[in-house]
Amino acid sequence: MPELVTFILAGAIVLIGAVGVVLLRHPVHAALSLVATLFGVAVLFVAQDAQLLAAVQVIVYAGAIVVLFLFVIMLLGVDEADDLRVEPLVAQRPLAVAAGVGILGLSLVSLFVAGGATGASSTLMAPDEAETNVAQLGRLLFTEYAFAFEATAILLTIAVVGAVMLARRPPADAGPDELPPTSDADVNDESEVLS
Amino acid sequence: MSLLASIVTPNWYLVLAAVLFTIGAVGLLVRRNPLVMFMCVELMLNAVNLTFVSFSRALNDLGGQAVVFFVMVVAAAEVVVGLAIVVAVLRRRPLATADDVATLKG
Repeated sequence: MPELVTFILAGAIVLIGAVGVVLLRHPVHAALSLVATLFGVAVLFVAQDAQLLAAVQVIVYAGAIVVLFLFVIMLLGVDEADDLRVEPLVAQRPLAVAAGVGILGLSLVSLFVAGGATGASSTLMAPDEAETNVAQLGRLLFTEYAFAFEATAILLTIAVVGAVMLARRPPADAGPDELPPTSDADVNDESEVLS
Repeated sequence: MSLLASIVTPNWYLVLAAVLFTIGAVGLLVRRNPLVMFMCVELMLNAVNLTFVSFSRALNDLGGQAVVFFVMVVAAAEVVVGLAIVVAVLRRRPLATADDVATLKG
């Protein structure tokens, strides 16, 4: 019964937040709605005995990624509400909803035709009842997945360097459509934030 | 290890993740603000992470949780690079939408 209540409450928060991301006109409101969804997913991780991932979810997603979104919204000054009545492409929304119905229908049909999660239970990486989730997942990451773990370090370094290169303000000889020099401070801040 | 009785089967989580993925996909197709489109991509990534964790518990395999960890790293890298591109585009053309990216040239 507690898991049922947890699932219903967290699931409701997740879905309401997700609908809010899609429907709210203001980007800042959409970002805050995204935080609600991410917290709900973190609760569902805890309910499924994935404590480390729940912590990482809150720290990395809600803490870092959404703050990055908010920083970009603030720095660029695009915090104006979109006009959702404009529909630039003919029949974009009906087609999008049709695609959504298709995706949902396909996933649910395939799920229930297969009868839920199929496959054999693990023998190599089964969780050990005597140890915490954090210890087990940490050991797994530093032994079985050590190579992938090191690769993520390189990936993150490349991403940071790429972000700094992309978000750097253009060189002085950029041409006529260069920004006025008043925005120097903002641009420098931006590179620091993105790194 | 769960202290709670398993009334909620993994299928419930999978259905919830399917709905969450669909909302994210529809939002990605409908919205035109590039920042909100990125948020919808995050929704889809989270839906997939939720299925990985559900399968991890259903099949008693920690490998699923390790995969979610790497998905999170890739998502962080994707957001950093993607937002840098958005910054580079929007600095030139404030209030640009996803359609205006078609005007980019060499």
